[in-house]
Amino acid sequence: MLIACNVFVVLGLMFYEIIQNSLLSIQMYGAEFLLGTKWQPFPPNPNILPSFGALPLIWGTLVTSAIALILGVPLSLGISLALSEFAPKSFNYIISFFVELLAAIPSVVYGLWGIFVLIPFLQTNVYPYLQGALGFLPIFQGTIRGPSILTGGIVLAIMIIPTVSAISRDVFAAVPNSQREAIVALGATRWEKAGIVMSYGRSGVIGAIMLGLGRAMGETMAITMVIGNSFNLFGSLFEPGSTLASIIANEFTEASSPPVYVSALMEVGLILFALAIVVNALARLIIWRSTRKIKEAGMV
Amino acid sequence: MSFKIEIENLSAWFGSKQVLKDITMKIRENVVTAIIGPSGCGKTTLIRCLNRMHELTPGSKATGKVLLDGEDIYGEGVDPVTVRRRIGMVFQKPNPFPMMSIYDNAAAGLKLNGVTDKRRLNEVVEKSLRVAHLWDEVKAELGKSGASLSGGQQQRLCIARALAIEPEVILMDEPTSALDPTAAAKIEQLIRVLIADYTVIIVTHNMQQAARVSDFTAFLYLGELVEYGSTKDIFENPKSELTEKYITGEFG
Amino acid sequence: MISLAYLALIAALIPLASILVETIFRGLSAMNSSFFLEEIPPLGEPGGGIGPAIQGTLIVVALASVMGVPIGVFSGIYLAEFRQARIASVARFLNDVLTNVPSIVLGIFGWTLIVVAIGWSVIAGAVALAIIMIPIITRTTEEAIKLVPMTMREAAIALGVPRWKTTLTVVLSNAKKGIATGILLSVARISGETAPLLLTILGSRFWFSGFTQPTAALSVAIFNFSQSPYRLIDWPRAWGASLILIFIILVINIIVRYATREKYGWANT
Repeated sequence: MLIACNVFVVLGLMFYEIIQNSLLSIQMYGAEFLLGTKWQPFPPNPNILPSFGALPLIWGTLVTSAIALILGVPLSLGISLALSEFAPKSFNYIISFFVELLAAIPSVVYGLWGIFVLIPFLQTNVYPYLQGALGFLPIFQGTIRGPSILTGGIVLAIMIIPTVSAISRDVFAAVPNSQREAIVALGATRWEKAGIVMSYGRSGVIGAIMLGLGRAMGETMAITMVIGNSFNLFGSLFEPGSTLASIIANEFTEASSPPVYVSALMEVGLILFALAIVVNALARLIIWRSTRKIKEAGMV
Repeated sequence: MSFKIEIENLSAWFGSKQVLKDITMKIRENVVTAIIGPSGCGKTTLIRCLNRMHELTPGSKATGKVLLDGEDIYGEGVDPVTVRRRIGMVFQKPNPFPMMSIYDNAAAGLKLNGVTDKRRLNEVVEKSLRVAHLWDEVKAELGKSGASLSGGQQQRLCIARALAIEPEVILMDEPTSALDPTAAAKIEQLIRVLIADYTVIIVTHNMQQAARVSDFTAFLYLGELVEYGSTKDIFENPKSELTEKYITGEFG
Repeated sequence: MISLAYLALIAALIPLASILVETIFRGLSAMNSSFFLEEIPPLGEPGGGIGPAIQGTLIVVALASVMGVPIGVFSGIYLAEFRQARIASVARFLNDVLTNVPSIVLGIFGWTLIVVAIGWSVIAGAVALAIIMIPIITRTTEEAIKLVPMTMREAAIALGVPRWKTTLTVVLSNAKKGIATGILLSVARISGETAPLLLTILGSRFWFSGFTQPTAALSVAIFNFSQSPYRLIDWPRAWGASLILIFIILVINIIVRYATREKYGWANT
């Protein structure tokens, strides 16, 4: 009863505390915080104010999440289609088990694996060829570094696969068989049949993708460990960068003074909090609306 | 009068259960052939064997031959996909694609076959919707969702969708059992019109419908073909006692 | 075209295989008997073990569970039994929102709430982890209770058992399994969390010294070791700690999967 209201308390308190602690920074920097590009807590000249610009962080968060979606979503949809349309049902259980194992591995272990296994592999076997093939694009130019935005995106892609594929698989399983029969009777191949299933479940899949996006944006440890922790804005994907989450992980424990430093990091946390809530709320809204529309059409 | 489909010794199983036993019959072209019988007699399985949909059920099997214009659709190397483009199907419960518009529903089969020419699509969509007696009712709202129509309209849309790929045979699995009597009557009228260009095979559990709508009737019982002949003969002068019992409603 | 889908399957499972294989091999080579029992030496110093990290993880997770499980279970019961109440729908929605809050933000919250008051401490870490646990347990408990068929409740009510007693006895004992698996899964989940702990327990090299003191934890230790410049000494420790952590988490997951196998028809295949 009252205990269930803990959510209200927790969320309310969180909002309050974080906003309160960010106030100092918000007051001092205003809009410049979001648009500024310099992050200098300890300026060389003690007479200059420290500057905090979050744009490179927002950029890092968005770009790594975008890469995660571009790489991870096709893989996830491939898996869920394979499980719901193509593979024999007995596979379903075992494969789902392994995909869920992928989800159970802690972020910090992904990070460790990322640093010591993935990065060397990418650096020797993948990135040079990538630059060779696509080096005419500015995002693939420059020195290739292991810890980089691209590596961050790749690790995130792997991490969102369980989320996106599990939800998509449920969405596809809910597609009525009459739809599959209808398209097969018109002379569809198995792949075209999968197309109808995806089309019918389109909104649910979009919801799944958005939840994956939310997950990617909030991911902290794995990305902190492989992204290189430097400030990158509109630069090459092979360069290191930072995200909203990674900078907090890296700098929070050391940020004892000046007080505005902590406040600035708080404000970064606030931006992250807001972003995560908006994306997840949108995702749920889309999923809710799609189930309603299908029910109205009497097809459920 | 030629035979469009010749079924030779067709048997079918679900797992170890045999549901069709050695069916042999010849279906004439450009007529309506009704398949009747009590529940579970195998009539739906029979037509699903004709467009090779039966084999989609895991554990199912079929043996025998089905000749379409003389060629066995179960022959070596025959792609079931091509069979289904020549033999179309309309299902018991209307199943338009809800995420597509009425136009796109009708065009679905064509687009699958790679037709992209807008003019050709427009032509065929209009023609199929007209033949299905749906054009006048929907021509002003072709962009609305396929699922926004009434049950009877949805079924006519499904018929239009099946007609659009210009099949030679149309299989109908109890097409009116989910509809109200007025809508059902419209579909029955439509069936009589279709045979000018198509061969129609209709499964129905409603004997009066079979008597109204079909030219030939086949009576199936427990997977066996008991009697097959012109509808007039079957209903007025059945040769088998079983047939007579079914017709007069003693069982089923 | 279909082979593309299977390719996707394989492509996704390769990282999993790689992570497991690498962790096992690199982790095993780092471990010896003292690994579990000795204190953590400073970065770069050979010898010692990660005993405090294991102990720290266990203590913080236990404390978080003590706080989080009752709250989560009761919330779940409420949401399942009073589905229609307006406040229940709002609470359910907010609960979902809370499950998706990034864990580092929860770490910040733990910091502002507790660390600011009493310093880097076990309690702060446990609170942050509890906040992660509660929405998960709430949801899994609610789902488990929803699965109990109406007929069972009606049978009890028809015997004149008051509603609250029906819930506490019949419903709960039927939903027991589902609730337990939800709890176990969330325990596995928080054992692996790093970000919230970084900002609350700070991490330490020493054995547990009080709830209001910082402490070590496996996840934080892995992170710290990985950032050390002393590759030959500290990096293997990171793998060793990872192996232990993954082992704990995988064992819990496999137990849960095994216990719920009928749900997925596994018993029939």
